[in-house]
Amino acid sequence: MTERTVAVEYLTRVEGEGALKVRLDGRKVSGVELRIFEPPRFFEAFLRGRDATEAPDITARICGICPVAYQMSACGAVEKALGVRVEGALRDLRRVLYCGEWIESHALHAYLLHAPDFLGYPDALALAKDHPDAVRQGLALKKVGNEVMTILGGREIHPINVRVGGFYRLPSPEEVDRMKTSLRSALELAEATVRFTATLKFPDIEEPYEFVSLRHPEEYPMIGGKLVSSQGLSIEQDEFEEHFEEIHAPYSNALQSVHKGAGSYLVGPLARYNLNADRLTPRAAAAARAAGLGKEERNPYRSIIVRAVEIVYACEEALRLLDRYRAPPKAAVDLPTTFPGGTGRAITEAPRGILFHRYRVGKDRRIEEARIVPPTSQNQKRIEDDVRHVVERSVDLDDAHLADVCEKAIRNHDPCISCATHFLRLDVERR
Amino acid sequence: MPRSSKPKVAVYKFASCDGCQLSLLDCEDELLAVAGAIEIALFPEATSARADGPYDLTLVEGSVTTPHDVELIKEIRAQAKFLVTIGACATAGGIQALRNFADVKEFARVVYAKPEVLSTLATSTPISAHVPVDFELRGCPINKHQLLEVISAYLAERAPNVPSESVCVECKRRGTVCVVVAHGTPCLGPVTHTGCGAICPAYTRGCYGCFGPQDTPNAPSLVHRLKGLGVGPAEVSRVFRTFNAGAPVFKETSVKAEAEAVAR
Repeated sequence: MTERTVAVEYLTRVEGEGALKVRLDGRKVSGVELRIFEPPRFFEAFLRGRDATEAPDITARICGICPVAYQMSACGAVEKALGVRVEGALRDLRRVLYCGEWIESHALHAYLLHAPDFLGYPDALALAKDHPDAVRQGLALKKVGNEVMTILGGREIHPINVRVGGFYRLPSPEEVDRMKTSLRSALELAEATVRFTATLKFPDIEEPYEFVSLRHPEEYPMIGGKLVSSQGLSIEQDEFEEHFEEIHAPYSNALQSVHKGAGSYLVGPLARYNLNADRLTPRAAAAARAAGLGKEERNPYRSIIVRAVEIVYACEEALRLLDRYRAPPKAAVDLPTTFPGGTGRAITEAPRGILFHRYRVGKDRRIEEARIVPPTSQNQKRIEDDVRHVVERSVDLDDAHLADVCEKAIRNHDPCISCATHFLRLDVERR
Repeated sequence: MPRSSKPKVAVYKFASCDGCQLSLLDCEDELLAVAGAIEIALFPEATSARADGPYDLTLVEGSVTTPHDVELIKEIRAQAKFLVTIGACATAGGIQALRNFADVKEFARVVYAKPEVLSTLATSTPISAHVPVDFELRGCPINKHQLLEVISAYLAERAPNVPSESVCVECKRRGTVCVVVAHGTPCLGPVTHTGCGAICPAYTRGCYGCFGPQDTPNAPSLVHRLKGLGVGPAEVSRVFRTFNAGAPVFKETSVKAEAEAVAR
């Protein structure tokens, strides 16, 4: 039997540096390797010895695309370690900021990275030549997400206004009004985006995913709630490490997560939607129905519609939160002056799925140990499964076309490779 | 002299978070105009199309952290007519330069899950440590308006207007009340390169130096002032050791403060 190797040397329209290798024995797929060659980036090691309040700013630098997610999980975990609770209007503002990041990140992926795949273009700039209105709409939407982050966070990439306990400064009434005005126009654009994505042509396939996401008693998940899966798992955020573990594939600079005893799983928009569609806000739910999304959605290509629905949700939810916003007495909760030491864990929903942080903090408030599990490393193994299936279905294609369909299968999950590589385990052994 | 064809632009990435190259896509109002004035010949994060070099304008994000990087940057330089480094990683080694302060012997004892498959250097260094660089744009992340200015200046064949004064100057211009004077908040503004727009003090927070040192920083004087605000030497070392830890003045200051902290 002849052996055939199909390689994508440098994945494009994804964040970070990755490659793909597929091995075929005749018609049988004998190996799929999503190889991450983004250099190792030792963040957990750098965090040791730093003050716990530095974790949000330092971990933001893991990813320029979703820095707010890192800041939110870092704040949540450090606050748990310190025994601090951030609630009410401060929690609402955090969610508004997070909505800004969802809007920005999803609009970036849907219009600039993903849509060209369905319409046959190498990029959004070529797409803009034939469909200028669609691309302008995407950029306008993305801009509103960035505007929310700039007002509440100080800037869109690596915001400076987030701190353990809350914020450095609260938004002025004028700033709140500005965000509301922009979000109202964005809501219309987001609904148009759902309609646009619903007109795309999708391959008719379904994948047997185990979906994993947060589930909150009232809200579509972002901050807070339990961790649940489509196979019936329902655990506290603190129990994450008891149920999920990592393996280090020798071909990759990132660890891959598996659900113990169950194997690969999927996090991100599809997982959130399948497990929480009943928590969508009214216009987001209506947009999902109109676009033909069912209660269950297992077609990875249709994740572009789900992302668009989540943009509607993020606009609607941010507006709801800002409508009820009353400035709290202080921009941040006071941190304890003395502290016995402790460990805190938190999961929040990054645009690409659940992001876990754990910090062990000494009584001098220095970080003794840190662990971070980003969404892309959790999806990595499941993405390999998707690629395996797409290759099995497309085995008659020549190498160039096969590589192209593989790359599209990967792009469905909006992988952020920069995130996935920060966390190569670095154990320091002192003898 | 007008150009005969659109300049070819390439965007490369080394160890980084992708945030600085994202800044280009964050220019929502200008992106299509920029794309009309240049040929994006290589930009893997944004396009699957690729045209071979040489390139007229090459933007490089990220720091050099692997043996492969050391070779790659030389090849990139050979194909680049004008090479601009974007962001703290590419201009100062970035946060990855924190590894430069680790004891090398201790580093040798570091154990990974499967260390034999990893390829990494003990240091994170800026692009300019390996090849000549034509222009450096500071910041963690860079300011997208400054990036547009660099591209516009390149197209107009003039020098970019990127000031190198301190954050303090920008703060005064903005009319922000000084957080050190008014609130006693430690702030690196006096020694930090402008460019961000003096955001942190406008949010009642001290500057944390993400644009690296300004051209004529008086770090000992600032350290003296920080001590007056009750900041101990260990903390002084830490605040200078973040996203521009490898920039010479910040490095010297953090090393000196660390030695002082150890001596106590």
